[in-house]
Amino acid sequence: MDEYKGKTLSWHLADGVVELALNRPPANEIGLAMLDDLERFVAALPALETKASALILHSEQKAGFSAGADLRELYEEAQKMDTSSAAKGVRIFLERIHGVLNRIDTSSLTTIAAVHGVCFGGGFELALVCDLIIADKMARFCFPELRLGLIPGFGGIPRLKRDIGNGVVRDLLLTGRSINATKGLSVGLVSQVAAEGEALRAARSTATQTTKFDRATSAAAKHFIKPLPADELRCEIDIFCDLFTRPAVMEGLRKFVENTGAHPYLP
Amino acid sequence: MKTIDQTTDEILDLAATHFNFPRAELVATDDFYRKLGIDSLQALELLTRLENHFGVELPDYEVQGVSDFHTLATRIQARL
Repeated sequence: MDEYKGKTLSWHLADGVVELALNRPPANEIGLAMLDDLERFVAALPALETKASALILHSEQKAGFSAGADLRELYEEAQKMDTSSAAKGVRIFLERIHGVLNRIDTSSLTTIAAVHGVCFGGGFELALVCDLIIADKMARFCFPELRLGLIPGFGGIPRLKRDIGNGVVRDLLLTGRSINATKGLSVGLVSQVAAEGEALRAARSTATQTTKFDRATSAAAKHFIKPLPADELRCEIDIFCDLFTRPAVMEGLRKFVENTGAHPYLP
Repeated sequence: MKTIDQTTDEILDLAATHFNFPRAELVATDDFYRKLGIDSLQALELLTRLENHFGVELPDYEVQGVSDFHTLATRIQARL
Protein backbone atom coordinates (compact mmCIF):
# COMPACT_ATOMS: atom_id res chain seq x y z
CA MET A 1 0.00 0.00 0.00
CA ASP A 2 1.90 3.06 -1.26
CA GLU A 3 -0.71 5.46 0.04
CA TYR A 4 -3.01 5.46 3.05
CA LYS A 5 -5.18 7.95 4.85
CA GLY A 6 -6.45 6.91 8.27
CA LYS A 7 -8.10 8.60 11.22
CA THR A 8 -4.88 9.77 12.80
CA LEU A 9 -2.19 9.63 10.14
CA SER A 10 -1.49 9.22 6.46
CA TRP A 11 1.43 8.09 4.36
CA HIS A 12 2.51 8.17 0.75
CA LEU A 13 5.51 7.06 -1.26
CA ALA A 14 7.07 9.34 -3.86
CA ASP A 15 10.56 9.43 -5.43
CA GLY A 16 11.95 6.79 -3.10
CA VAL A 17 10.82 8.54 0.07
CA VAL A 18 7.91 7.55 2.30
CA GLU A 19 6.31 10.40 4.24
CA LEU A 20 4.26 9.48 7.29
CA ALA A 21 2.20 12.43 8.54
CA LEU A 22 0.69 12.38 12.02
CA ASN A 23 -2.60 14.22 12.08
CA ARG A 24 -4.70 13.79 15.16
CA PRO A 25 -5.92 16.99 16.85
CA PRO A 26 -4.99 18.64 19.06
CA ALA A 27 -1.39 17.46 19.37
CA ASN A 28 -1.11 13.91 17.98
CA GLU A 29 -1.79 12.21 21.28
CA ILE A 30 -0.97 8.53 20.89
CA GLY A 31 -3.94 6.42 21.91
CA LEU A 32 -5.72 3.36 20.57
CA ALA A 33 -6.75 4.98 17.27
CA MET A 34 -3.22 6.08 16.41
CA LEU A 35 -1.84 2.73 17.52
CA ASP A 36 -4.22 1.01 15.07
CA ASP A 37 -3.03 3.27 12.26
CA LEU A 38 0.64 2.79 13.19
CA GLU A 39 0.12 -0.98 13.09
CA ARG A 40 -1.34 -0.61 9.59
CA PHE A 41 1.76 1.32 8.61
CA VAL A 42 4.08 -1.33 10.02
CA ALA A 43 2.14 -4.01 8.13
CA ALA A 44 2.74 -2.05 4.93
CA LEU A 45 6.39 -1.37 5.71
CA PRO A 46 7.94 -4.53 4.19
CA ALA A 47 6.51 -3.62 0.78
CA LEU A 48 7.52 0.02 1.15
CA GLU A 49 11.06 -1.02 2.04
CA THR A 50 11.44 -2.68 -1.36
CA LYS A 51 10.56 0.58 -3.14
CA ALA A 52 11.98 3.36 -0.97
CA SER A 53 15.23 4.54 0.59
CA ALA A 54 13.98 6.82 3.32
CA LEU A 55 11.08 7.43 5.66
CA ILE A 56 10.13 10.83 7.08
CA LEU A 57 7.88 11.08 10.14
CA HIS A 58 6.31 14.48 10.63
CA SER A 59 3.22 16.19 12.00
CA GLU A 60 0.46 18.14 10.34
CA GLN A 61 -0.69 19.52 13.67
CA LYS A 62 0.35 23.10 14.47
CA ALA A 63 1.01 22.29 18.13
CA GLY A 64 3.93 20.09 17.30
CA PHE A 65 5.21 16.61 16.53
CA SER A 66 3.32 14.89 19.34
CA ALA A 67 2.38 15.63 22.94
CA GLY A 68 2.79 11.93 23.77
CA ALA A 69 0.49 9.20 25.01
CA ASP A 70 -3.20 9.99 25.18
CA LEU A 71 -3.35 10.30 28.98
CA ARG A 72 -7.01 11.31 28.94
CA GLU A 73 -7.93 8.09 27.15
CA LEU A 74 -5.66 6.09 29.47
CA TYR A 75 -7.28 7.62 32.55
CA GLU A 76 -10.83 7.18 31.28
CA GLU A 77 -10.26 3.57 30.23
CA ALA A 78 -8.57 2.74 33.53
CA GLN A 79 -11.49 4.23 35.46
CA LYS A 80 -13.82 1.67 33.89
CA MET A 81 -12.03 -1.34 35.40
CA ASP A 82 -10.26 -2.62 38.50
CA THR A 83 -6.52 -2.09 38.96
CA SER A 84 -5.55 -5.58 37.83
CA SER A 85 -7.55 -5.33 34.61
CA ALA A 86 -6.24 -1.83 33.94
CA ALA A 87 -2.66 -3.05 34.38
CA LYS A 88 -3.29 -5.90 31.94
CA GLY A 89 -4.75 -3.45 29.44
CA VAL A 90 -1.73 -1.18 29.79
CA ARG A 91 0.65 -4.09 29.24
CA ILE A 92 -1.20 -5.10 26.07
CA PHE A 93 -1.04 -1.51 24.80
CA LEU A 94 2.69 -1.28 25.59
CA GLU A 95 3.44 -4.61 23.92
CA ARG A 96 1.66 -3.39 20.80
CA ILE A 97 3.33 0.03 20.70
CA HIS A 98 6.73 -1.54 21.34
CA GLY A 99 6.08 -3.89 18.41
CA VAL A 100 5.38 -0.92 16.17
CA LEU A 101 8.29 1.21 17.36
CA ASN A 102 10.80 -1.64 17.31
CA ARG A 103 9.84 -2.38 13.71
CA ILE A 104 10.31 1.24 12.62
CA ASP A 105 13.54 1.44 14.65
CA THR A 106 14.99 -1.52 12.74
CA SER A 107 13.57 -0.67 9.33
CA SER A 108 16.05 -0.93 6.48
CA LEU A 109 15.00 2.56 5.43
CA THR A 110 16.89 5.61 6.64
CA THR A 111 14.37 7.19 8.98
CA ILE A 112 14.07 10.88 9.79
CA ALA A 113 11.82 12.62 12.31
CA ALA A 114 10.99 16.18 11.24
CA VAL A 115 10.05 17.84 14.51
CA HIS A 116 8.40 21.13 15.34
CA GLY A 117 6.70 22.32 18.52
CA VAL A 118 6.03 19.89 21.34
CA CYS A 119 7.79 16.54 21.22
CA PHE A 120 6.90 15.19 24.64
CA GLY A 121 6.71 11.81 26.32
CA GLY A 122 5.50 9.15 23.90
CA GLY A 123 5.89 11.61 21.04
CA PHE A 124 9.55 12.08 21.95
CA GLU A 125 9.84 8.30 22.11
CA LEU A 126 8.36 8.02 18.61
CA ALA A 127 10.93 10.52 17.29
CA LEU A 128 13.70 8.56 19.02
CA VAL A 129 13.08 5.47 16.89
CA CYS A 130 14.27 7.46 13.88
CA ASP A 131 17.87 7.47 12.69
CA LEU A 132 17.94 11.26 12.51
CA ILE A 133 15.97 14.00 14.22
CA ILE A 134 15.72 17.27 12.33
CA ALA A 135 14.08 19.92 14.46
CA ASP A 136 12.98 23.45 13.85
CA LYS A 137 14.19 26.04 16.36
CA MET A 138 10.82 26.07 18.16
CA ALA A 139 10.85 22.31 18.86
CA ARG A 140 10.85 21.21 22.49
CA PHE A 141 11.69 17.78 23.91
CA CYS A 142 10.64 16.42 27.29
CA PHE A 143 10.06 13.30 29.36
CA PRO A 144 7.35 14.47 31.80
CA GLU A 145 6.38 10.97 32.98
CA LEU A 146 7.82 11.14 36.50
CA ARG A 147 5.20 13.69 37.45
CA LEU A 148 2.64 10.92 36.97
CA GLY A 149 4.63 8.48 39.05
CA LEU A 150 5.64 6.60 35.90
CA ILE A 151 8.61 6.19 33.61
CA PRO A 152 8.48 6.63 29.83
CA GLY A 153 6.88 3.47 28.48
CA PHE A 154 7.40 3.54 24.71
CA GLY A 155 11.09 2.67 24.78
CA GLY A 156 12.45 6.18 25.23
CA ILE A 157 14.97 5.53 28.00
CA PRO A 158 16.80 2.63 26.31
CA ARG A 159 16.81 4.42 22.96
CA LEU A 160 18.04 7.75 24.30
CA LYS A 161 20.71 5.92 26.29
CA ARG A 162 21.71 3.98 23.18
CA ASP A 163 21.93 7.13 21.10
CA ILE A 164 23.47 9.75 23.35
CA GLY A 165 24.29 8.34 26.76
CA ASN A 166 23.09 7.96 30.27
CA GLY A 167 23.85 11.49 31.51
CA VAL A 168 21.35 13.10 29.18
CA VAL A 169 18.75 10.45 30.01
CA ARG A 170 19.15 11.18 33.73
CA ASP A 171 18.87 14.92 33.20
CA LEU A 172 15.67 14.74 31.17
CA LEU A 173 14.12 11.85 33.07
CA LEU A 174 14.85 12.88 36.64
CA THR A 175 14.12 16.62 36.27
CA GLY A 176 11.22 16.37 33.81
CA ARG A 177 12.49 19.58 32.21
CA SER A 178 12.07 20.31 28.54
CA ILE A 179 14.89 21.29 26.22
CA ASN A 180 14.88 23.18 22.95
CA ALA A 181 16.32 22.15 19.59
CA THR A 182 19.60 24.00 20.10
CA LYS A 183 20.24 22.14 23.35
CA GLY A 184 19.19 18.95 21.59
CA LEU A 185 21.78 19.64 18.91
CA SER A 186 24.50 20.26 21.50
CA VAL A 187 23.92 16.91 23.21
CA GLY A 188 23.62 14.93 19.97
CA LEU A 189 19.89 14.31 20.14
CA VAL A 190 19.12 16.52 17.14
CA SER A 191 21.04 16.13 13.88
CA GLN A 192 20.08 19.44 12.30
CA VAL A 193 18.28 22.57 13.48
CA ALA A 194 16.12 24.27 10.87
CA ALA A 195 14.44 27.67 10.88
CA GLU A 196 10.94 27.88 12.29
CA GLY A 197 8.60 25.88 10.06
CA GLU A 198 11.44 24.47 7.94
CA ALA A 199 12.09 21.07 9.54
CA LEU A 200 10.11 19.12 6.96
CA ARG A 201 11.87 20.86 4.07
CA ALA A 202 15.24 20.03 5.64
CA ALA A 203 14.13 16.44 6.21
CA ARG A 204 13.08 16.10 2.57
CA SER A 205 16.43 17.42 1.41
CA THR A 206 18.22 14.93 3.68
CA ALA A 207 15.98 12.07 2.57
CA THR A 208 16.72 12.84 -1.08
CA GLN A 209 20.42 12.63 -0.30
CA THR A 210 19.96 9.12 1.13
CA THR A 211 18.30 7.93 -2.07
CA LYS A 212 21.67 8.29 -3.84
CA PHE A 213 23.23 5.42 -1.90
CA ASP A 214 22.98 1.68 -2.47
CA ARG A 215 20.12 0.45 -0.29
CA ALA A 216 21.77 -2.76 0.83
CA THR A 217 24.87 -0.85 1.96
CA SER A 218 22.83 1.73 3.88
CA ALA A 219 20.78 -1.01 5.51
CA ALA A 220 23.89 -2.98 6.49
CA ALA A 221 25.48 0.13 7.97
CA LYS A 222 22.37 0.89 9.98
CA HIS A 223 22.01 -2.69 11.18
CA PHE A 224 25.63 -2.60 12.34
CA ILE A 225 25.50 0.76 14.13
CA LYS A 226 21.96 0.77 15.57
CA PRO A 227 21.22 -2.40 17.52
CA LEU A 228 17.86 -2.69 19.23
CA PRO A 229 18.30 -2.56 23.04
CA ALA A 230 15.88 -5.49 23.34
CA ASP A 231 16.57 -6.52 26.94
CA GLU A 232 16.21 -2.99 28.26
CA LEU A 233 13.03 -2.45 26.27
CA ARG A 234 11.52 -5.57 27.85
CA CYS A 235 12.63 -4.42 31.28
CA GLU A 236 11.05 -1.01 30.70
CA ILE A 237 7.63 -2.56 30.08
CA ASP A 238 7.88 -4.54 33.32
CA ILE A 239 8.90 -1.51 35.38
CA PHE A 240 6.16 0.61 33.83
CA CYS A 241 3.50 -2.00 34.57
CA ASP A 242 4.70 -2.45 38.15
CA LEU A 243 4.55 1.31 38.74
CA PHE A 244 1.18 1.63 37.04
CA THR A 245 -0.67 -0.35 39.71
CA ARG A 246 0.12 2.19 42.45
CA PRO A 247 -2.71 4.52 43.53
CA ALA A 248 -0.39 7.52 43.09
CA VAL A 249 -0.44 6.95 39.34
CA MET A 250 -4.21 7.24 39.02
CA GLU A 251 -4.06 10.35 41.17
CA GLY A 252 -1.32 11.77 38.93
CA LEU A 253 -3.37 11.02 35.82
CA ARG A 254 -6.45 12.60 37.36
CA LYS A 255 -4.52 15.76 38.20
CA PHE A 256 -3.08 15.93 34.71
CA VAL A 257 -6.45 15.46 33.03
CA GLU A 258 -8.06 18.11 35.23
CA ASN A 259 -5.12 20.55 35.16
CA THR A 260 -5.63 23.72 33.17
CA GLY A 261 -2.39 25.36 34.30
CA ALA A 262 0.31 26.75 32.07
CA HIS A 263 2.72 23.89 32.75
CA PRO A 264 0.47 20.82 33.11
CA TYR A 265 3.39 18.52 32.36
CA LEU A 266 5.22 19.61 35.52
CA PRO A 267 4.22 18.98 39.15
CA MET B 1 25.94 42.52 30.45
CA LYS B 2 22.36 43.66 30.01
CA THR B 3 20.62 45.49 32.82
CA ILE B 4 17.42 44.09 34.26
CA ASP B 5 15.51 46.92 32.59
CA GLN B 6 17.02 46.11 29.20
CA THR B 7 16.18 42.43 29.60
CA THR B 8 12.63 43.27 30.68
CA ASP B 9 12.18 45.57 27.68
CA GLU B 10 13.39 42.88 25.30
CA ILE B 11 10.96 40.37 26.81
CA LEU B 12 8.10 42.84 26.43
CA ASP B 13 9.09 43.53 22.81
CA LEU B 14 9.27 39.82 22.06
CA ALA B 15 5.95 39.07 23.73
CA ALA B 16 4.20 41.92 21.92
CA THR B 17 5.57 40.85 18.56
CA HIS B 18 4.88 37.13 18.82
CA PHE B 19 1.53 37.31 20.54
CA ASN B 20 0.38 40.22 18.41
CA PHE B 21 -0.28 42.48 21.40
CA PRO B 22 0.15 46.29 21.53
CA ARG B 23 3.59 46.92 23.00
CA ALA B 24 2.49 50.15 24.69
CA GLU B 25 -0.04 48.22 26.76
CA LEU B 26 2.53 45.85 28.29
CA VAL B 27 4.38 46.69 31.52
CA ALA B 28 6.89 44.75 33.62
CA THR B 29 4.46 43.93 36.38
CA ASP B 30 1.82 42.43 34.09
CA ASP B 31 0.66 38.87 34.63
CA PHE B 32 1.55 37.67 31.16
CA TYR B 33 -0.78 34.65 31.27
CA ARG B 34 -3.75 36.91 31.87
CA LYS B 35 -2.63 39.84 29.79
CA LEU B 36 -1.66 37.79 26.73
CA GLY B 37 -4.28 35.12 27.33
CA ILE B 38 -1.83 32.33 26.62
CA ASP B 39 -2.38 28.60 27.17
CA SER B 40 0.08 25.88 28.13
CA LEU B 41 1.38 25.36 24.60
CA GLN B 42 1.87 29.07 24.11
CA ALA B 43 3.69 29.25 27.45
CA LEU B 44 6.12 26.67 26.10
CA GLU B 45 6.43 28.66 22.90
CA LEU B 46 7.26 31.78 24.91
CA LEU B 47 9.87 29.83 26.90
CA THR B 48 11.49 28.61 23.69
CA ARG B 49 11.43 32.07 22.10
CA LEU B 50 13.07 33.55 25.20
CA GLU B 51 15.76 30.86 25.21
CA ASN B 52 16.46 31.41 21.52
CA HIS B 53 16.48 35.20 21.85
CA PHE B 54 18.75 35.40 24.88
CA GLY B 55 20.81 32.28 24.11
CA VAL B 56 20.14 30.75 27.52
CA GLU B 57 18.60 27.60 28.95
CA LEU B 58 15.59 28.20 31.18
CA PRO B 59 14.65 24.98 32.97
CA ASP B 60 10.87 24.76 33.22
CA TYR B 61 11.00 24.42 37.00
CA GLU B 62 12.80 27.77 37.32
CA VAL B 63 10.04 29.64 35.55
CA GLN B 64 7.17 27.60 36.93
CA GLY B 65 5.00 29.86 39.04
CA VAL B 66 6.51 32.96 37.45
CA SER B 67 3.74 35.01 35.91
CA ASP B 68 5.06 38.57 35.59
CA PHE B 69 7.58 39.90 33.08
CA HIS B 70 9.91 41.43 35.68
CA THR B 71 10.42 38.17 37.59
CA LEU B 72 10.88 36.39 34.28
CA ALA B 73 13.60 38.92 33.47
CA THR B 74 15.38 38.18 36.75
CA ARG B 75 15.38 34.46 35.92
CA ILE B 76 16.90 35.21 32.54
CA GLN B 77 19.46 37.62 34.03
CA ALA B 78 20.65 34.80 36.27
CA ARG B 79 21.44 32.75 33.18
CA LEU B 80 23.10 35.40 31.03
